[in-house]
Amino acid sequence: MLYREALNRAIDEAMAADESVVILGEDVGRYGGSYRVSEGLFAKYGAKRVIDTPIAELSIVGNAIGMAIGGLRPIAEIMTVNFSLLAMDQIVNHAAKFRYMSGGKMTIPLTVRMPGGVSRQLAAQHSESYETLYASIPGLIVLAASNATYAYHALKHAIFLNDPVIFLEHELLYPMEMEFEEKANFDPFKAEVVKEGDDLTILTYLKMRYDVLEAVPTIEKELGISVEVIDLNSLRPLDMKTISNSIKKTKRVVLVEEDHKTGGYGAEVIARITEELFYELDAPPLRIAGEDVPIPYNRTLELASIPTPDKIAAQIKLWGQNHGL
Amino acid sequence: MNSARVKTFYYLMKLGREFELAAKQEYMKGNIAGFLHLDIGQEACSVGSMQAFDKGDVFTHYREHVLAIARGMDPKVVMAELFGKATGVSKGKGGSMHLFDPTLSFYGGDAIVAGHLPIATGCAYARKVQGEKAGVFAIFGDGATNAGAFFESINIAAAWKLPLIFFCENNYYAIGTRIGWVSPFEELFNKAKNYMPAKRIDGMDVCEVYKAVTEAKEYLENGLGPYFIEAETYRYEGHSMSDNGKYRSEEEMEIFKSRDPIEKLKREAIALGIVEESYFDETDKKIEQEINEAIEFAANSPEPELNELYEDVYCKECTNVVS
Repeated sequence: MLYREALNRAIDEAMAADESVVILGEDVGRYGGSYRVSEGLFAKYGAKRVIDTPIAELSIVGNAIGMAIGGLRPIAEIMTVNFSLLAMDQIVNHAAKFRYMSGGKMTIPLTVRMPGGVSRQLAAQHSESYETLYASIPGLIVLAASNATYAYHALKHAIFLNDPVIFLEHELLYPMEMEFEEKANFDPFKAEVVKEGDDLTILTYLKMRYDVLEAVPTIEKELGISVEVIDLNSLRPLDMKTISNSIKKTKRVVLVEEDHKTGGYGAEVIARITEELFYELDAPPLRIAGEDVPIPYNRTLELASIPTPDKIAAQIKLWGQNHGL
Repeated sequence: MNSARVKTFYYLMKLGREFELAAKQEYMKGNIAGFLHLDIGQEACSVGSMQAFDKGDVFTHYREHVLAIARGMDPKVVMAELFGKATGVSKGKGGSMHLFDPTLSFYGGDAIVAGHLPIATGCAYARKVQGEKAGVFAIFGDGATNAGAFFESINIAAAWKLPLIFFCENNYYAIGTRIGWVSPFEELFNKAKNYMPAKRIDGMDVCEVYKAVTEAKEYLENGLGPYFIEAETYRYEGHSMSDNGKYRSEEEMEIFKSRDPIEKLKREAIALGIVEESYFDETDKKIEQEINEAIEFAANSPEPELNELYEDVYCKECTNVVS
C-alpha cells in the first residue's frame, strides 16, 4: 500500500464511521489534495464534509477549532509545515490551551495533518522540519508517521481522540509503496523497535528511519556490531520506556533527525536520556542532524544540509571507533 | 420598550457595573492580580447583545466579565475566578481573561486580539451543516478589525453564508492607540459592508443594541449569512488596571459620560412612566447585597489544590495513553 493510500483509507473509514468527521484545507476537495491524500473523498462525502478553504492557514486551523467546539471532528490539512507558522497562534494559543484555561470545560477534538521535511529542491520555504516547535507545547499531542501501518492506525486514533493532535507526515513518503498490517489494539504512543540489536541503539523518526536502515548494514559490518533501530512514532508523549529498555541493553545511543541540530527535537530526547539514563551509557550520545542553515535549492547543497545514509554510516563509524566500539 | 425588559436591562447593566467597581477595589487591595480589563461605560453592548442573542454560541474577547454575567454566569463564580480560586468558573486557571462555560454556549474570554474570530467562524460552519438556525455571536473591539484574522473571517463567513454576527465594540482606542491613527477611517462597519449587511449603531443605548442584535438574529435565522454591527461606545477606565487613560481628553470623556447607558435608560424609563422610580432604589440595594456576597464567596473560597497544576492539560479519557 502507498503511504498516501494508508492516510486516505484512515480518513475515509473515519468519515464513514462518524458523520461528524470533516476534512478541510487548501485543495483538499475538488482538486483531490496536493499530495492526493484526500483523493476520492469529495465525490464520496460532498462539499459539506470535504471543505475547500481559502489560502488562509490561520483560519484553516481556527475554523477547525470552532468546528470542534461546535461538535464536529475536523481534520485540518496544512499543505506544508512551513505554512503552519501562519496558523501557529491558533495551534499554540488556542487549540493547545483552551482545555487548561477553562479548567477542563472545553474539549478540542482536532487533528492537524501536515507534511514536512526536505523533499526535492523545494528551497528554504518549503523544506522545514518544525516538529520541535509543536512537541514543546503542553496540550498538544504530536505524532510522526513514517510508514503506512502507523499512518493508518495512528491517524484513525488521532481523529477520534478528544485532544488536539499534530499529525506529521513527510513529503517524500507519500508515493512510497510499503508493507501494511492490520493490527488490533494499536497503540500510537508506543515507539517501534524496527530492528533488534545488542550494541547500539539508533533512535529516529519520519523519513530518516529509511536512511538509517540503509546505513545499518554498513555500520554493522564496519564496526562489527549489531544495531537496534527504534522509530519514535510519538514525539509528544515520548515513549521513554521503549527507549530505556533498549539503552539498558545496548549501552550506546545515536539519534538521527532531519531537523536542524540546534534546538532540534533530538536535543530534547538526548537531554532526557542524559538525565535519566546517564549511568547506563558507556559512551557519550551522538546526534546526527541537519545543518544549521536554511535548506538550499541546489541538489548537492540540499543533500549536504541533511543526513544521508552515507553520512550516517560514516559519522557513526567514526564515533564508534572513538568510543570503544 | 416594555417594563419587564427595561427592568432586566437595568438590573444586568447595574449589576455589571457594580461588579466591575468592586473588582477594581479588590484589585487595589491585591485580591485580584494579572490583567483586569473593565467594561465600565460599555455595559449596553454586553447586556443588550446577550439579551437579544439568547440561544446560539458566543465567542468573546478578554473584556468579558459583564458579558459573562449577562449571559447567565453567576457573579460569584466570576468573582472567584478573578480571585484565582478553585470555585471559579475556570477553577482559577483562567482568570479575568478566560471565562468559559460551554453549558451557556459561552466560549471565551480570548486574550489574543481577533484570535477568536476564525474560531467563531468555524463554529458557525458547524451550526450551518448541523441545520442549527441560532448561529454564532462574536464580539470584539475596534483594534481587532485591523488584524488578518478579522479579514479572513469576514471573507470566509460571507463566502459560505455562515450564521455569524460580527459585533464590534468601537470604543475608539486599542489600549492608547486611536483607531483613526492605524485605520483609514473610524467608522468600522465600512470594513465589512462589501461582504455582508453592516450597520453602525449607538452602543451607549441598550435598547438600540437589543434591537440591532434582534434584527441581525432574524437575518441569521433566515439563513441569509453573516451580519456586521458596529456599536459606538466608550470605556471610562483604562485598557486595563495598569493604564491611566491619560491619552483621552476630559472633554471627550464628558461627552460620553453624558450618554451613560445606565443613567440614560433610567432617565428615559422614568420620564416615559414605564418603570416606577422606587424600582431603581430597590434594585440598587439588591445588587449591593449580591456583590457583597460575590466578594465574600470569592474571598472565602479555597485555593486550588497543587495537583490541579497537572489536571486539564489533556482530556481525562486520554490520560492513560498520553502519560
